[in-house]
Amino acid sequence: MSETVRLTYREALREGLATALRRDARVFLLGEDVGRYGGSYAVSRSLLTEFGEARIRDTPLSESGFTGAGIGAAMNGMRPIVEIMTVNFSLLALDQIMNNAATLRHMSGGQVSVPVVIRLTTGGGRQLAAQHSHSLEGWYAHIPGLRILAPATVEDARGMLLAALAEPDPVLIFEHAMLFAVEADVPREAEPVAIAGAAVRRPGRDVSVITYGGLLPKALEAATQLAATGVECEVIDLRSLRPLDDATIMASVARTRRVVVVDEGWRSGSLSAEIITRVVEQRFYELDAPPARVCTEEVPIPYPKHLEDAALPQVDDIVAAVRGVMG
Amino acid sequence: MSAPQALDPDTARALLRQLLRIRRFEEQCAASYSAGAIRGFLHLYIGEEAVAAGLCAMLREEDAVFATYREHGHALARGVPMRGLMAEMYGKQEGCSGGRGGSMHLFDVGRRFFGGNAIVAGALPLAVGFALADLLQSRPHVTVCVFGEGAMAEGEFHEAANLAALWGLPVLFVCENNLYAMGTHLARSESETDLVAKAHSYRLAAASVDGMDVAAVREAAGAAVAHVRGGGGPFFLECRTYRFRAHSMFDPELYRDPGEVATWRTRDPIATFVARGDAAGWWNADDVTSLRTEADAEVADAVTHAEAGTWEPVATLTQDVYASPALGGRA
Repeated sequence: MSETVRLTYREALREGLATALRRDARVFLLGEDVGRYGGSYAVSRSLLTEFGEARIRDTPLSESGFTGAGIGAAMNGMRPIVEIMTVNFSLLALDQIMNNAATLRHMSGGQVSVPVVIRLTTGGGRQLAAQHSHSLEGWYAHIPGLRILAPATVEDARGMLLAALAEPDPVLIFEHAMLFAVEADVPREAEPVAIAGAAVRRPGRDVSVITYGGLLPKALEAATQLAATGVECEVIDLRSLRPLDDATIMASVARTRRVVVVDEGWRSGSLSAEIITRVVEQRFYELDAPPARVCTEEVPIPYPKHLEDAALPQVDDIVAAVRGVMG
Repeated sequence: MSAPQALDPDTARALLRQLLRIRRFEEQCAASYSAGAIRGFLHLYIGEEAVAAGLCAMLREEDAVFATYREHGHALARGVPMRGLMAEMYGKQEGCSGGRGGSMHLFDVGRRFFGGNAIVAGALPLAVGFALADLLQSRPHVTVCVFGEGAMAEGEFHEAANLAALWGLPVLFVCENNLYAMGTHLARSESETDLVAKAHSYRLAAASVDGMDVAAVREAAGAAVAHVRGGGGPFFLECRTYRFRAHSMFDPELYRDPGEVATWRTRDPIATFVARGDAAGWWNADDVTSLRTEADAEVADAVTHAEAGTWEPVATLTQDVYASPALGGRA
């Protein structure tokens, strides 16, 4: 067995960054407070000392400006990693992400590559209220030309960044704020992980529970509780939200014949809607129950804890949804 | 600015040649549009030719150019072959962007021409990042970003100007001030209409030049490029110009007085430059006729090529969304 080390999700993100910076002189990090402050979520703490100000580049509060600068640098031989402090602020950079990063290859007839990686913190759960709790990865997954990743595990937090940097296309990595303190044993050496496919995090015969990112721990907890009552959930971690790994999803649904999608996005027009549509399109006659989903209530996220908890998908909601499809 | 430098006849002829190529290309685009061969939005550069011709004359092959949706002239002056440009207008796969972009998205990476951006101010952050990459890799290149004065009301201008000055980047901002953001006059959209003063507020080195005078633009661009290439940091060059035609083919021009257009037309960058060359002895009437004939022939050839071009098969519709053709556009 190879040697392992225990890391938090936050430390894994930092190791991924440090490894990428050491291995490739074209890599640099830019964003708000990534340098002297050490990163709003302390992900890049201490990197300034090792790599210097040219490669750990503090920016003004100019999301569109520095995201566009990352895209421009990627067009000119660099491998920039843009950190947008949270997905909420990425709306100020949406023009650059959507009108430039996602379109340049196509509208240039394949001449321009944009190998930029954009990291964003996403999700609610910390009583930060309506403007700091969005889960907009489903929006971004709507856009052709982008690859969307959602690391839910410590190993993916480290390895997805390294894999994303090898991609010739823009990759957005959504890091859920509630995962930063999660710990796990991972191989000592940081290496890229495959980013194309979903992963079965817990096999089970009765229901496919499909989720990603910050809700994976809640889905696994729900599966544990349900197992105690004899219901075996197969928990699938999507990992990549664009492209979606239809093969893994459909193979699981073919086995279990029941599906629950757990998505922190709002229900209407959500990623969960897309996944269930695909299941219905491809496995309609094999389903034993109507598909179900657990999403965020359609309300801006409120500040008080009891209301925020009620708005976001919780373990009990997942357990209830699974029981619902079991009939 | 210091006293203008004298032009030698060869340089003057090269400038006139570009002016005429651009003018004829644009006139042909208007005709092809009316004939239905070009569709979508078409923004003509007629009246503003001196800016692209004077600017691009001072760039090196390895310098990069980012432009707007009114960029046919810059592409031509940058050396993008006219055949590929006209084929792109026609939407043919022989076009410089494979037919995928059209009038507003002309690309030729080999000539370091990076579009063709149809979001006002959208290319400024790209140019800043492109220049940052050159700085980080110690390459003595200049990244030029062309935009209209309308872009200076956009947040992206302010973010890009600040970043460029803050980081001392080798980028040349060229503002084509044609007085109208579509139909809104500068005085109706900016609290400060002195654009050089706005640039100075970000500590950008800046100058303003008569954009109807190709020799003046060439000289000012030369000084600006030398400043940037010499490590002096970013530079902002305002070129005061005027578009003689409507904003696009859909614009009834309700917002400006025909008299104003007529006044500016007396300063036509081609007519005035021809007259100046006549007086200076840079050319004789036959030389000018010959340059006009050459431009006519090049445009006619480009149209023939575009008309003979082929449509991309629908089967490849989803290519060039991702690098991997296997990924197509699918999610």
